[in-house]
Amino acid sequence: MSLHSTYEALRHFADSWALMAMTGLFGLLALWPFRPGASTRNEHAARMIFESDDHD
Amino acid sequence: MDTVLARAGVWLAAILIAIVASAMAIDQPFAIQMIIVALAAFAGLCVTLSRTDYDAVARGILRAPADPGQYDDDPIRWGMIATVFWGMAGFLAGLYIALELAFPVLNFSEYVNFGRLRPLHTSAVIFAFGGNALIATSFYVVQRTCRARLAFPGLARFVFWGYQLFIVLAASGYLLGITQGKEYAEPEWYTDWWLTIVWLSYAAVFVGTIVRRTEPHIYVANWFYLGFILTVAMLHVVNNLDVPVSFVGSRSFPLFGGVQGALVQWWYGHNAVGFFLTAGFLAMMYYFVPKQAERPIYSYRLSIIHFWALIFLYIWAGPHHLHYTALPDWAQTLGMVFSLMLWMPSWGGMINGLMTLNGAWDKVRTDPIIRMMVMALAFYGMATFEGPMMSIKSVNSLSHYTDWTIGHVHSGALGWNGMITFAAIYYLVPRLWQRERLYSLRWVNWHFWLATVGIVFYASSMWVAGITQGLMWREYGADGYLVNTFAETVAAVHPMFVLRAVGGLLYLTGGAIMAANVWLTIVGRLRDEVPMHQAAYDPEKDRPLTGGLARQLPARVTEQPGAEPAPQPILPAPELEPAE
Repeated sequence: MSLHSTYEALRHFADSWALMAMTGLFGLLALWPFRPGASTRNEHAARMIFESDDHD
Repeated sequence: MDTVLARAGVWLAAILIAIVASAMAIDQPFAIQMIIVALAAFAGLCVTLSRTDYDAVARGILRAPADPGQYDDDPIRWGMIATVFWGMAGFLAGLYIALELAFPVLNFSEYVNFGRLRPLHTSAVIFAFGGNALIATSFYVVQRTCRARLAFPGLARFVFWGYQLFIVLAASGYLLGITQGKEYAEPEWYTDWWLTIVWLSYAAVFVGTIVRRTEPHIYVANWFYLGFILTVAMLHVVNNLDVPVSFVGSRSFPLFGGVQGALVQWWYGHNAVGFFLTAGFLAMMYYFVPKQAERPIYSYRLSIIHFWALIFLYIWAGPHHLHYTALPDWAQTLGMVFSLMLWMPSWGGMINGLMTLNGAWDKVRTDPIIRMMVMALAFYGMATFEGPMMSIKSVNSLSHYTDWTIGHVHSGALGWNGMITFAAIYYLVPRLWQRERLYSLRWVNWHFWLATVGIVFYASSMWVAGITQGLMWREYGADGYLVNTFAETVAAVHPMFVLRAVGGLLYLTGGAIMAANVWLTIVGRLRDEVPMHQAAYDPEKDRPLTGGLARQLPARVTEQPGAEPAPQPILPAPELEPAE
């Protein structure tokens, strides 16, 4: 494979499958905290820093 | 005793290698740098030997375990002092180079000219002030949120001292004229290698502590810290793939050349902004803002979306530094589009931080530390709006290479990074030294206003200077020639340069007040001062309306008691709202 066609192949892979895969992964990760039953976990996580006097 | 001998042996070997490297050096700056390394190793040797006498042997005989119930806070205390010290050094260098630009006579020697002091200033404020703040706060936050002691205490101490050596090598190198000429990545190959070792040790301590955690959930601040640590490791290594000319010389050549090298440099450079100056400081925000406000983060979900959006988007934004260059057009557009997309998650994060104060907005009036945090978030929002706007090609054609860029960077750095760091310092110092409170909260208020007014001077003068430059540089006459010479544009913005230095002086003065406040807090003194806020209380009026007193009161109250609603007591503190 010549250098130029390697570039072309990688470039087209990057703006098709790779872009789709990354967008999909981002969507999954961003939606993950919205899954059913997650709100109590989120609430607990947000309050966790207050649970004890954590200075010493 | 064996470990002491082994350690002393390692230090002696380091001294020997540094001295040999210094003697064989092919250039004088490298020889001086190696002498600094030898001195650092000698200091390490002395400490090893003196600890043998007083500390380690005693501990060994007594088998005194480090108390596992207490967090390992020594490196954090050192980090606080280092943060304040390097901050002052960096602000002072910044003021001096601002004055050099306004009054060129100050460039009187090659050791203090603008070209050498400018990287000293940027590295001192970003890597020394910001880096020490990040390392110290990350060690503090990861221990509290994981409810575990630091994983490798010895390595954590190595991280602290190794990082200081990196700073000293970088800073002294700049003054000696050593640079690889890459913005924010100026240190040469041996300093880069040293930082790589220190940084991997830092990652080991941080990840090790998370692995040891007793709290099942990893709090979101740790995600941001981890994103910052891992990404900076990757960026630093890739952007510094260099071939040294000699192993006893300070010069190296980069593996990537031409436009590829430029792209790698700005992939590094913008992600240094995105992950060092944003993700790391957001980690501080996600811990210290809720703690100081005594309210949980507004939306934990939003913080997770904020995190993933920054991770996925920032890494592509770098090409906006290379608009209208040899970089392929599609890559420039890609950088611009991703920069524009970054606006949304950035404002999501800003809103998340600000709305944490929902129901406690009075604290902005009564607590100067909260006030600093709010100002930091406001500047985070302003800088993350201005940045995407400036990445638009047509805007960039006006703003690029002008002082507008400098103003933009400083509203982010002074406003966001500086203010959130000051707030974290003010939060941490009384707790770390177990003091009742800071020496003076009113001094915090002074610091807040001096810093804020300083930033306003800085940013507004640089807007005016930048747009003036941009318009003068592009002005063509009827005959097709440029109207202005470069020197004319410099003369035109001179007043703005002076105003910028005024802003820097105000910011430095605020920093000096902080240094004094932190020092007096550590010493254990409390300033006798009127508190920032107290609810009004008049014992004369604190009695029921009966008899003669009721008749003396204004008619409005006494004649229509039924028309007035019953006086409400002070509203109870609202229940903490559950995170979504």
